[in-house]
This record gives sequence, C-alpha cells and structure tokens, in this order.
Amino acid sequence: MRIAIIDESAARASVIQEGLVALEGCEIFIVTDRRGLVARIEEIAPDIVFMDLGNPSRDVLEEYFTVSRAVSRPIAMFVDESDEETIAASVDAGVSAYVVDGLAANRIRPLLDLTVRRFNAFARLQSDLAEAKGKLAERETIDKAKRILMDSRGLPEPQAYAELRRTAMNQNKRIADIAEAVITAHKLMGGK
Amino acid sequence: MGKELTIGFLPLVDACLPILAREHGFAEDEGISIRLVKDMSWATVLDRLLYGHSDAAHLVAPLAIATTLGRGRPAQPLSVPFVLGLNGNAITMRPEIVARLGTHGKLGDPAKVGKALAAIVQERLAAGKPMRFGVVHRYSSHNYMLRYWLAACGIRPDRDVEIATVAPPFCADALKAGEVDAICVGEPWNSVAVECGAGEIVLVTAQIWRRGVEKVLAMREPVLEDRRDAVEALIRALVKAGRHFVDPENWQANADILARSEYLDGDPVLIRRAISDRLLLSRGGELVHFPDFMFQYREAANFPWVSQAEWLYTQMVRWDGLTFDPDDAEKAARVFRPDIYRSALLGTREPLPGASSKVEGSLGQTTAVGTQQGTMTLESNRFFDGMIFDPADLSGYLARLP
Repeated sequence: MRIAIIDESAARASVIQEGLVALEGCEIFIVTDRRGLVARIEEIAPDIVFMDLGNPSRDVLEEYFTVSRAVSRPIAMFVDESDEETIAASVDAGVSAYVVDGLAANRIRPLLDLTVRRFNAFARLQSDLAEAKGKLAERETIDKAKRILMDSRGLPEPQAYAELRRTAMNQNKRIADIAEAVITAHKLMGGK
Repeated sequence: MGKELTIGFLPLVDACLPILAREHGFAEDEGISIRLVKDMSWATVLDRLLYGHSDAAHLVAPLAIATTLGRGRPAQPLSVPFVLGLNGNAITMRPEIVARLGTHGKLGDPAKVGKALAAIVQERLAAGKPMRFGVVHRYSSHNYMLRYWLAACGIRPDRDVEIATVAPPFCADALKAGEVDAICVGEPWNSVAVECGAGEIVLVTAQIWRRGVEKVLAMREPVLEDRRDAVEALIRALVKAGRHFVDPENWQANADILARSEYLDGDPVLIRRAISDRLLLSRGGELVHFPDFMFQYREAANFPWVSQAEWLYTQMVRWDGLTFDPDDAEKAARVFRPDIYRSALLGTREPLPGASSKVEGSLGQTTAVGTQQGTMTLESNRFFDGMIFDPADLSGYLARLP
C-alpha cells in the first residue's frame, strides 16, 4: 500500500512515518513542499493520503481528487457515513484522510487509528515542549528580579528570593508575576 | 456554555463582522460570547462545522449549498440565517497581460476587458499553452463570478482556459511563479499580489454583479434549531458590527484589529484599502475608489435572499455539468433562512424587506421597495451583461445562459 503524508511540518511528518513503517507492506512518501503538490501526488499515485487540517493546500488537494475522479484514478475522501466515529476522531486529532475508492475499510481503519494516535502524540510532545520553554523563561525572569533586589537593596541571594516569595504569598500571586512586576518597575525607574 | 458560540473563519477581510462583534462588545451587549477558530482552508472550516468543533462558520456561499446537496461528500443540511457580505473580491492578472489589455492603473469596463482578453486566450490556446486562472475553491463565489464573466465574454471555462484551485495565501506566489496567469480571490490577497509586483487588479467582482452574494454565516440545520435564541442574538450583534464597519470614522481602528496576529495576521494598510473601497491596482499607482467594492451593511445587505441561493444553484448546475433538478433547487433555496433573520431583527431599527426573494439584476436605478419594517431603497443590482435572473423560472434562465 502506498501512503502519502503531506505535512508542512517535517518533524510531525517523520513522527507519523515512524509509526507507520512498522506496518507490513506499506511504502511511505512524505511531501512537505507546497509547490508542485498536485504533480507530486500524481507521481506517487498513493492509495491513501494523510494531510494535516492546518495545511492551506487542502482545498487544492480536494479539487484535484474531485477532478481526477472523473478522469482516471478515483480517490474519495474518507467520509463514509459508517465511519463517522473514525472521522470525528481524525478531525479531533487534526488530520484528514483521503482513500482510493474501493479500498476495504478493514484495511484503512487500523492505519487511520495509528495515524490519529501519532498525531495526538505529536501534539502532546509540542505542548510539553511549550510548557518546558515557559518554565525556563519564568526561571530567567525570577533570576533577573532577584539580581535587581540584590543590587538595589544589597540583599544576599536567599533573602532576595525570600522577599519575592513573601510578596507573592501576601498578594496571592505567582512568584513569576511578582518578578515580572519588579523588572517592569525597575525599567520605569530608568534601570537596565 | 449555552450562550457561547464558536465560529470558524478564514483570515480574510470579509471575516470582519464576527471578529468586530466580539472585539467591540456587540456580542456581549446581546448576552452572548463569541469564540473564534481560525483555519487555513475551507475544507477544514467545513470539517470543524460538521464535526461539532464550531457552531457556525464564515463560509463561501456556494459551499453551503454544495454541502446540503451532497456534492463531493455525503449530504449534510446547512442553514444560512445571515449573509456576511456581498462582493469584495477582485481579479488580478500578471502585469504583462494587463499591459496587453490596456487597463493598467484603472478598472476597465468588464465587457471590453473580456473582449480584449478573449484575443489573448485564443492566442494562448493556439500556442498550446492555455491561460490558467486560480480561484480559492470550486464552490466559491469567486469561481462562479469569474466563470460568469468569462462565459459572457465568449471565453469557455474549462475549454478555452483552465481554472484551478489555489490557496489564498499562495496566490501572489503562484502568480509570480507563473503557475497561474490570473487569480480571483478576496482581500487582502489581491493587494498582497499588487504590493509584491506579482500582479495588477483588473476588475472587482462588484463590476460583474453589482450585488453578488459572497460569504455567509453557515450552521448545521439541527444546531440552528437547538441554539435558536443565541443565533438570533448573534444576528443582532453582527448587524451592529456591520454598521460599525462601514463608518469611515472606524476604518483605521477596525483595520488595526483585523490585522492582529490572531485574526488576519496581515498589514493594516492593505486591509484598510479593502474596508474603505479604495484599492491600489498596481504597484506605485494611485488608490482607486470603487464604491461598494465590499458591501456589508446598507440595503439589508445581510438579508439571506432566497433568490440568491437559487442563483447559486443554477451556477452549480451550469459548471458541475448537472441536470437541473427541481427537488435540489428546492433544497438549495431552503438553505437561506430569511425567517430567522426577520425574527432576530423584528422590532429593531433595521429595515426588513417585504419579500424574501427578488428578481436579481433587474434594478438599474435606486428603487424604493415594500417592507415589513422600516423604509428601504435598493440601488442597481445589475449583472454586467444585463441578464436578469427570475427565480420563478430557473430552467429558463439556465437555457438562456451562454
């Protein structure tokens, strides 16, 4: 079975590919470039196409399938009423699937399920990464505020931190928010 | 929860009304809140609507009808209680073609431009390199307006010229690379192509049909019934947004809002041009004022005229090569829901027309019309070729089309 993965995010495409290579008898093609998309798909002649919902070229691809249905190689969107649940899951995960007409549903479903799982896994990875980045940025903000307190009030480091913490507790705020306020105030007072 | 409506949209200037209804608190005034979900293709906007990620969507009007009739996918009945605007699209061509048309720096007469274009089209056809046009979707008003104009000028779409789908953000790029010779797209994408020198605006769609239906607010029929009160509140909020949108006092502020990264993520200068009906046709030129380039408020612009849904159905029959089917025509007509619009605005200061359907293209001058509420005049609503669409005789109209 020939599977095309169209995704402008090369990272996500390879996460999905990794999931699918384990399947027997599957040949996988990754397309990340939007230029010459239709020609590339024509060349690959896939049995299944996966495309992320955020891809601006989805309308282009659907138009191509509509036209090619009349011409030679019929491809249907995987939106059979009997597969409503599977489709809903794929839309939730952010992926659309297009399947050659006549390909048995029992061959498609495991593939689609796997792709949906990989998409969800990638989304989790990304949110973990964003969270980690956010935490790192917070730590930097707190360090900066600590230094301001140490310099301007001659406090040793542990006490500067204790000051931030105490203020945060008193005001029912997060330490990072207080640190942010210290930095803003410092800038307003002409500090660097 | 019962008072929140999630609305899907594509980053285009004509997504303005839901965005402004939210930003200026018009939704809040009506006791609802709007959550907006931005996507990058109509296919995804539609998927989210059909699978319940959104309650309503900013949608190209023909797609609402195509979905109801099951064109390209299993049929799902959609309803349109509100039209988000008329026109607002343009046809932009590669500069060397515009030079041959002789319309550089101005909006030409559509019939004359079409005649000049026909000569180029035949030349290219003879050379084995047919002209290629890009539109944003098969079931878009852009596609139908472009085809209407070409056919009326003796250019046969799909035979004399190719018409392909191009994603709006890639239009300028596709023009520049020569993948297409011309595009018919909404704003800001024509202006983006002008700005980078990839193309020049030749015509605006308001020249083809002075009052052509464009984007609509589409919902799944059962959702519309379930959320009836919230939808009526939304309609009132959207009308207020329309009134705010057309006021010159607000142009700059609204352009700045629409330009924000969570909305169009674009250049407020270009967005303001569309809002103010003043377009730069070619790089380094002067702004050209074309009144009612966009049409979001006056003359009950947002009223879902049943005749407009029926006109869209005739174009679907025409270009999808279908046989006219009275049952489908009836289903298509029922997509537009003037009853909901009326119910939402009854008792407000907004005029409500007496009829729900009209003969499209029949008015050559400003005409007072009968109303259910308030007073209302309609200005010219002509098609450039003078043809008249009478909803009482759809198959007769189809037979008369070239």
